[in-house]
Amino acid sequence: METKILSEHYDKPSFKTLKGYKELSGYEDLAKALKMDPKKIIEDVKAAGLRGRGGAGFPTGVKWGFLPDNGEPRYLLCNADEGEPGTFKDRLMMEAAPHQLIEGMIISAFAIGSKKSYIYIRGEYNSCIRSMTKALEEAYADGLLGKNIMGSGFDHDMDVYVGAGAYICGEETAMISSLEGLKGQPKLKPPFPAIEGYLKKPTIVNNVESLAAVKYIIRDGVEGYRKYGTEKSAGTKLFSVSGNVTKPGNYEIPLGMSMKELIMDIAGGMKPGRKLKAVIPGGSSTPILTAEEALKVNMDYESMAELGTFLGSGAVIVIDDSNCMVDLLGVLMHFYHHESCGQCTPCREGTGWLNKLVHSILKGEAKMKDLELINGISNHMMGKTICALSDAAAMPALSFLKKFRDEFEYYIKEGRSKVKGVSYAEVNH
Amino acid sequence: MFKLSSEGEAFVQKELKRYETKRSAIIPCLYKVQEENDGWVSPEAVEYLSGLMDLPSAWINEVLKFYTMFNQKPIGKLHVQVCCNISCAMNGGRELANHLNKEFNIKDGEISADGNVTISRAECLGSCGTAPMMQVNDNYYEDLTPESAVKTIKGLM
Ligand SMILES: Cc1cc2nc3c(=O)[nH]c(=O)nc-3n(C[C@H](O)[C@H](O)[C@H](O)COP(=O)(O)O)c2cc1C
Ligand code: SF4
Ligand code: FES
Repeated sequence: METKILSEHYDKPSFKTLKGYKELSGYEDLAKALKMDPKKIIEDVKAAGLRGRGGAGFPTGVKWGFLPDNGEPRYLLCNADEGEPGTFKDRLMMEAAPHQLIEGMIISAFAIGSKKSYIYIRGEYNSCIRSMTKALEEAYADGLLGKNIMGSGFDHDMDVYVGAGAYICGEETAMISSLEGLKGQPKLKPPFPAIEGYLKKPTIVNNVESLAAVKYIIRDGVEGYRKYGTEKSAGTKLFSVSGNVTKPGNYEIPLGMSMKELIMDIAGGMKPGRKLKAVIPGGSSTPILTAEEALKVNMDYESMAELGTFLGSGAVIVIDDSNCMVDLLGVLMHFYHHESCGQCTPCREGTGWLNKLVHSILKGEAKMKDLELINGISNHMMGKTICALSDAAAMPALSFLKKFRDEFEYYIKEGRSKVKGVSYAEVNH
Repeated sequence: MFKLSSEGEAFVQKELKRYETKRSAIIPCLYKVQEENDGWVSPEAVEYLSGLMDLPSAWINEVLKFYTMFNQKPIGKLHVQVCCNISCAMNGGRELANHLNKEFNIKDGEISADGNVTISRAECLGSCGTAPMMQVNDNYYEDLTPESAVKTIKGLM
């Protein structure tokens, strides 16, 4: 069953406005938080077990704890660049509930002692840019931002920064470069942003959903927040379900629910006459699961790790038996090649080679030994680069090849797709 | 010679003060230039902006070239971007793009003879649950068929 904590009021148009938001208890948790000791808020976020919803699943409170405790200026940066293929939850959150994000961000900023925050929104998300800009104006006019918020003595300014089309800017250090007015290239870590981030000042980067969730830790308390989810994967999370299901969409569920329930029940299951073939569980970068694995895995960080994959951004891409896996890998390899920022040789060259090799299979020009080449190149791309995009490209290649090798071998031998019966060179691209 | 409108110039002055550093204003100011220059940023517009912002043109060019939303050559009045990433590809996104190429008689990146349309293939635009989809200038159109997409584009001409 869906469990709507964050998304309880997303279907109400009035929730977008300050007035409607306040009528549904909006900003009451901010009032409560401003009376708390900021250190206690960080402790509560740690104890509640909130893990980053942007992809890596790093514990939010622990990240906040890395900030130097010296009162120096620090920035909060909300990652609203949502670009991981299959993911569309942050868009919904900003369209349906802009004040929920602002409230979560003010509370988070208060906890970490930040006087300035930015919401970095991908340039294509015009609807979100409009809704967040309008909500910020309302919040300023109401004294919820600026000086002495709600009489607490806490000052905070918040602004929107609009990206300009680059998947890589979702990576936190690339986002910082972009915000600084440079090209959006990742920076070497360490130093981590919490020590040296935006303009070399300590900076916390968190995903939209992570920051909004902080509000509910304040509202429900540590125990209340932990009522849903598992010991190590606490709370609820939004999942963007897309692909070949009958009811694609964003669904909020407690972590730990079976993927089977999410796909077959909540998202309406497969289309008539179609069978589940595979699921990409957490966005295009996460290793693919076979149907068998998908039907036994649970939607939490640990269960995914047991199968060698990740919960990622929560983008569940459901693939039925009408799809050719060689074709889909071709789509993904084109994407990563296009998005590599080119700084690191293994990534720049590797994504180029992977794209070329998979497309040579699709054109019927590949040899069987090219499959070993794909494996070899992918392995060489892991863990060697400035950011994780290189790994993000290699992981789908390795997992598609491992789990659907027969389709790749068939295509190379016959010069056509095992599923579609034709060559992609004839039908597309 | 390219020059921003007086509102455009006022916008640049405001953005220059909005962020911690002037350099952060490059992206928003490039958007403004693109908006007032028929959808693309010309080399002379970069020189002009460099003077107006008092920043090296190399800094502006570096940003211009990095991001896909800035066009470095002329473009049709309607920029139709069809998502061809995975969830859209599984639901007919590529076929939709092919159909539009034929219907408007242009390849990707070209401008139709009447100057109205440019088609390009985009990466995931965050509408994967309502695939296939396209973005036309600032707006998203979702759950498309080839017919409904053509009708939408013609309606915007
Ligand atoms: C290539 C790449 C793309 C990323 N894209 C996003 C993104 O679009 N949104 C996001 O929140 N995090 C993204 N991340 C993760 C961020 O680097 C960062 O871990 C995250 O914003 C931290 O927030 P969280 O701890 O709240 O999840 C990306 C990482 C990589 C390597
Ligand atoms: S791994 Fe790829 S995307 Fe990341 S910094 Fe290196 S070249 Fe750029
Ligand atoms: S895959 Fe097309 S919008 Fe995400």
